Amino acid sequence: MKILLALLALVLAAPLAAQSVAIIGGTVVVGDGGDPIPNGTVVLRGGRVVAAGANVAVPAGAQIVDATGRWVTPGIVGGFTRLGLVEVSLEPSTNDSGASSSPFSAGLDIEPAINPMGSAISTNRTGGVTRAIVAPTTTSTIFGGQGAIIDLGDDMEAVMQPRAFQFVELGETGASRAGGSRSASHAMLRNAFDQAAAYARNPAGYGMGNSREALLNSRDAAALVPVIRGEVPMLVHVEQARDILNVLALREDYPRLRLVLVGGAEGWRVAPQIAAARVPVIASALIDLPESFEQLAATQSNIGRMRDAGVEVAIGMINDNDAHYLYLATQYAGNLVALNRIPGATGLSWGEAFAAISSVPAEIMGLGGEIGSLRAGRRADVVIWDGDPLELSSNVDMVMIDGVEQSLVSRQSRLRDRYLSIGERQLPQAYEW
Amino acid sequence: MMARIGIVAAALVSLVACATTSGGSASAENASNRLSYNELFDPDPFPSTYAPYPGVPTVITNATIYDGEGGEIANGMIYFADGHIQSVGQSLDIPDGATVVDGSGLWVTPGVIDIHSHLGNYPSPGVGAHSDGNEATDPNTANVWTEHSVWPQDPGFSRALANGGVTTLNILPGSANLFGGRSVTLRNVPARTMQGMKFPDAPYGLKMACGENPKRVYGSRNRSPSTRMGNIAVARQAWADAQRYREQWERYREDGGARPARNLQNETLVGVMEGEILVHNHCYRADEMANMIDMANEFGYRISSFQHAVEAYKIPDLLNENGICSAMWADWWGFKMEAYDAVFENIPMVHAGGACAIVHSDDQNGIQRLNQEAAKALADGRRAGIEISDAEAWQWLAINPARALGIAEQTGSLVSGKRADIVLWNGNPFSVYSRPQMVWIDGALMYDMNDPQRRPISDFELGQPGEGSVR
Repeated sequence: MKILLALLALVLAAPLAAQSVAIIGGTVVVGDGGDPIPNGTVVLRGGRVVAAGANVAVPAGAQIVDATGRWVTPGIVGGFTRLGLVEVSLEPSTNDSGASSSPFSAGLDIEPAINPMGSAISTNRTGGVTRAIVAPTTTSTIFGGQGAIIDLGDDMEAVMQPRAFQFVELGETGASRAGGSRSASHAMLRNAFDQAAAYARNPAGYGMGNSREALLNSRDAAALVPVIRGEVPMLVHVEQARDILNVLALREDYPRLRLVLVGGAEGWRVAPQIAAARVPVIASALIDLPESFEQLAATQSNIGRMRDAGVEVAIGMINDNDAHYLYLATQYAGNLVALNRIPGATGLSWGEAFAAISSVPAEIMGLGGEIGSLRAGRRADVVIWDGDPLELSSNVDMVMIDGVEQSLVSRQSRLRDRYLSIGERQLPQAYEW
Repeated sequence: MMARIGIVAAALVSLVACATTSGGSASAENASNRLSYNELFDPDPFPSTYAPYPGVPTVITNATIYDGEGGEIANGMIYFADGHIQSVGQSLDIPDGATVVDGSGLWVTPGVIDIHSHLGNYPSPGVGAHSDGNEATDPNTANVWTEHSVWPQDPGFSRALANGGVTTLNILPGSANLFGGRSVTLRNVPARTMQGMKFPDAPYGLKMACGENPKRVYGSRNRSPSTRMGNIAVARQAWADAQRYREQWERYREDGGARPARNLQNETLVGVMEGEILVHNHCYRADEMANMIDMANEFGYRISSFQHAVEAYKIPDLLNENGICSAMWADWWGFKMEAYDAVFENIPMVHAGGACAIVHSDDQNGIQRLNQEAAKALADGRRAGIEISDAEAWQWLAINPARALGIAEQTGSLVSGKRADIVLWNGNPFSVYSRPQMVWIDGALMYDMNDPQRRPISDFELGQPGEGSVR
């Protein structure tokens, strides 16, 4: 590992933003769904991608990073996560993912809850994850609040786009949050939208003449205004086929909604309808058990079958340890490639699988022009791997975010290094730095 | 997943050749003075009715073989018949009438053994009515046997077979209690009853737990234990009571008189002290594992395995000295404080330290990919300079869990005479792109990727949305 770092240290040696960097000789993955490109070149300048692919000219005077024998890809985009909100899940003082005692719901904004120094951020950075879609959890209503897009850089400015979406539960969890039935969750949603519309019409007079039970506080109502106007996407967690159709049907009454389905375990059962509605899905990759009655039809082929129907699908960490395990994305994507060899199963091509953890989640959030691929003009989030990034035997050699090489030291790597050798010592391990 | 983590238990497994005796309660010189657990009561009131499905004599040729004990045979052959492995090597005579499977470009391994599963006692769907893994009503429920919670129709068994190549699995009670109850080892075959899956002659296990879970569960009810010191105090009292119980029966055997009342908790604990029941001890932290080892020494029992063992990498020497296996995840961490000091290299660091390493799942999804968990740990270890071969690493999925479960004479490696529990993989099983192609249990073909008739479907899945879809 130290040898590898030394190899790449020239990148650190000079401010990257000021001059061109050319990563040469590696297998280049653009992240747009295409196949890996052997012996490709990636040129970066000013924190952005200038060009990536075969036959890319190396600018004169560029710093050269020799990636021969390695793979060069865009950073992984965590498709649906709670990254940065949680240090230790079971310790409430360290877990800001939900706000069960707050009077607010849709108006909650997780921006100040993101901790850029959280150990989950550095640990996932060492796994090649550079950006993440971060959602709050719902607690006492169907609304979780306003999520954000973050980067995993080793600095204090993690939030790339605050208030990027509203998160809503409308499946079994939503029914429970709303009072015990899907009838209640849909009533809560529609009532809230009505309130938001009223707020939008007359913010100063909001609340006059409303019954107290139906009233959303003004902060929550205000947060839903851009949702019903279609200015901010609404990420809706549902798993069951009928629940999915119910979400799609919301646009009959609220035509401007920008919907994104989250979960969607039974999406393959209604894939043509999802595709026709042009609603993208952030799905769990490998859920294949009827773990609840809303996902009786779960199968690992779900994503492949939705893809076949023309649905835009990314991989997310729903019903998983979404605060800590984003580095599993590459393993999940690789497993979808493995499905292609199982009769009766439907997988993804290698390029599609990688796109499902890079460009597709970015595009779903409207950020495909900024992150998720090595297409020209994108932010220079680049990962160099020692092999096929979807393969279990591969490791990360280097991570750049916005063109800045990142530390690959984490609390975990420090613990490992402390205990790699536990023989007799002159001093306690606590004295060894 | 988080709910299940909360109730996970750890198991300690008795180990290998270099093991020293930590307790000695079952040692030969004083065995005659001890009351045999089997002598006291019927040790097997719920006997196995497992019978292997029919198989045919089969030879796999030209495959890369990991034997499960650390060996690799390139271009190897394996012949199995009558439910047992007959021969393994590079060049075997193919018996007349044997079915020949061309293994060119494929890999053969022993069936995967998961030492820590909640299939059956926390089955899918995970509704309240199915929550049967934790008898969280008392910190000592050594009297419960988790086999009585196992629902054979859990759809998870079939996924573990088809996607994970799992042929044997140990179902543990949860970790809410200091003594969670007895575990049961199962053959991964569809059956109408638990008894139809029960591994014949496998020893029982006792699930114990240290750390956060018991103190949280009972502390929140203002009961003991509410602290780690409370955990140890309550557990020691239970062992002391069990010693006294054993003495009562010894007196009865020697002197006669009124037959003592049976106590199912103490029966299990006495079984442990007699060495007939193996302790699988949920324990994350290194310092707490050390406490559990001392407690075992005090009361003369052995710990077979630590389950989860997130900090085992800090004490491989101690684990090695005491002959205790560590069952671990590749990369789970952060869900609770005692899982905060996880490192990706835990499994290879334990192995390199000379201790017994096992990859476990504790999860209905993870059990479908234990080979991948091993592969990730192996890669992280190599990155840190720990060189372990692929064949050596397969021990984490095969002979090591078999030893910790006390079934190594029967399964866990590809050795003549053992049960023919075999997986043929459609590529290198440490690659993300590989899956089981065929799985045999006792020589019977239970899964074939290419044969829709060889994909088990549980009763629960019949008539449900998506029935018949490859999962």
